[in-house]
Amino acid sequence: MEPFRIHTGIVAPLDRANVDTDAIIPKQFLKSIKRSGFGPNLFDEWRYLDRGEPGQDPSTRPRNSDFVLNHPRYHGASILLARRNFGCGSSREHAPWALLDYGFRALIAPSFADIFYNNCFKNGLLPIVLSENDVDRLFHAVKAFPGFRLTIDLDAQSVHTSDGQHAYRFHVEPFRKQCLLHGHDDIALTLAHADEIRAFETKRLAEQPWLA
Amino acid sequence: MDSRTLYDKLFDSHVVRHEADDTALLYIDRHLVHEVTSPQAFEGLRLAGRKPWRAQSIVATADHNTPTKDWALGIRDPVSRTQVETLDANIRAVGAKAYFPFLDRRQGIVHVIGPESGATLPGMTVVCGDSHTSTHGAFAALAFGIGTSEVEHVLATQCLLTKKAKSMLIRADGKLAPGVTAKDLILAIIGRIGTAGGTGYAIEFAGDTVRALSMEGRMTMCNMAIEAGARAGMIAVDERTLNYIQGRPLAPAGELWDRAAAYWRTLMSDPGATFDLTHTIDAASVRPQVTWGTSPEMVVSIEDRVPDPDRERDQSRRDWMERALTYMGLEPNTLITDIRIDKVFIGSCTNSRIEDLRQAAAMIRGRHIADNVKLALVVPGSGPVKAQAEAEGLDRVFRDAGFEWREPGCSMCLAMNDDRLEPGERCASTSNRNFEGRQGAGGRTHLVSPAMAAAAAVAGRFVDVRRLF
Ligand code: SF4
Repeated sequence: MEPFRIHTGIVAPLDRANVDTDAIIPKQFLKSIKRSGFGPNLFDEWRYLDRGEPGQDPSTRPRNSDFVLNHPRYHGASILLARRNFGCGSSREHAPWALLDYGFRALIAPSFADIFYNNCFKNGLLPIVLSENDVDRLFHAVKAFPGFRLTIDLDAQSVHTSDGQHAYRFHVEPFRKQCLLHGHDDIALTLAHADEIRAFETKRLAEQPWLA
Repeated sequence: MDSRTLYDKLFDSHVVRHEADDTALLYIDRHLVHEVTSPQAFEGLRLAGRKPWRAQSIVATADHNTPTKDWALGIRDPVSRTQVETLDANIRAVGAKAYFPFLDRRQGIVHVIGPESGATLPGMTVVCGDSHTSTHGAFAALAFGIGTSEVEHVLATQCLLTKKAKSMLIRADGKLAPGVTAKDLILAIIGRIGTAGGTGYAIEFAGDTVRALSMEGRMTMCNMAIEAGARAGMIAVDERTLNYIQGRPLAPAGELWDRAAAYWRTLMSDPGATFDLTHTIDAASVRPQVTWGTSPEMVVSIEDRVPDPDRERDQSRRDWMERALTYMGLEPNTLITDIRIDKVFIGSCTNSRIEDLRQAAAMIRGRHIADNVKLALVVPGSGPVKAQAEAEGLDRVFRDAGFEWREPGCSMCLAMNDDRLEPGERCASTSNRNFEGRQGAGGRTHLVSPAMAAAAAVAGRFVDVRRLF
């Protein structure tokens, strides 16, 4: 996993609440057995006018010019600004894979669905929770200023505008933060406690042998 | 000792160790695996040169991507076939407690076969790369969905790093009216607390309405805990739980059964246990539910009308409602009973068990689907459910009424195979998600109970099943 320390990027506003993982990456693309290549199909049903199927050449597909990511001013965006309950629904990790593959490194919303939130951290995609008011303010700013950028400093747990005028603090659990800052392989971290797991397991299976 | 909730008991008994910030390393007893969310995890394991920690914890099946007809022809979509074959190869390589592959007569939806085979037991932690893993909480198990990285983590370490959730009690008391089911109850709850109402919580369903539900009904409730935003839903053990489990192929027997059952009877919240949040529901007042929008919380009763966004004060909610109505092709204030449908789907891990099929069949005996219904599908949840239904003659009832009787699988719940809605088609569905495009790009889904779906197939529009009782 790529470490996340400081990131500056263009912000794209997705002004909808309850964006579900079916919308982030529709099911026909889940047939892949790989982790990569989902970017061209991120938000497929909103981004294109035709029906998306695996294996199409995205450059030949008709685009929905109304969809925000198709607006030239958000080209190259790496921070997605969203509304509440982003990532609800299916547990598919293909959703954060698609967001990353497209080029997003961080998401900002008033709330995220639990499984999705978890999946983001496992992939080096930082989901940031800010208050409804702060998110609202950012939506206004993004829409008002073409090329609006934000800088995210994970270590300092802050988001600020490039002129430094506005800064927002965010919360992140210390354990997740460390993993992301250092790009840790959390399986390796867990396996460092293999003896404890083994001891727990042995005792458990002895006490509840029907679990074996 | 302090009074503890069922969730406390389940969580605390699986903590291997605590990390500094109250993140816990939680031991996983049962790992359910299916073809869509596991290939990248097995590959990750291989690339890192790791072995599965305890392959005997794995119970696997192919369900999401498998066809529901013409099984003799195999899986014709090459990409789907590769995914199913990859699962075959992975399970062959690492082993499993049980594997129900494509074409096996015990194959089925992972959340149907877990309980049915006795792979899901009270007191367990159960995980699966699938959000509807919450279903298994009906057996007083701590069951929740995980992503693919976590699937790999469980394969490699038998553990997960997780934080304890807050606890929510949803108490339903009162007798459900005839024709009103667990599905209506859970939809009514989601309508009330919203799809984010349970975010950050583990929900326990309790009260005498829940106690009176069959295990099938309890699974339907816990299944949709995720639609209320909660990763886990659960229900305490009682004699009905034990009766359901006893004699299942993977359940303990003899002396081991007695020991297990004695322990399982302790799996309930202690009197006086406190919850972070409690909701109470008067179940007697719940009417049959129908969703009208593109989120499970956009739900009303069969006696209502499609809501009018003009009456909504909150701007962002109004926009959301308007977008949903446009997508659904509905006018505000339309009577729900005036909504005509094109297709009907009876199936999914929410409502594809034997009791669901019986309830649906009871609505159509001696009747026929309406002319405007182009397709009515019944997809049993598993091979054993299908066999049981056929033994009871339900397949004939459905076929005679014009329904198609299919092979088990997820089917049109998520439309990864050929079963799907075409753009603009409207469906009465017993599944759990009515998101845009869920049942096919441009498809319009109305979530209902099996009885409501069957009655709608016959009428060609939604009808109040209470009138038919
Ligand atoms: S039936 Fe639907 S919700 Fe259930 S596991 Fe299959 S796809 Fe998921």
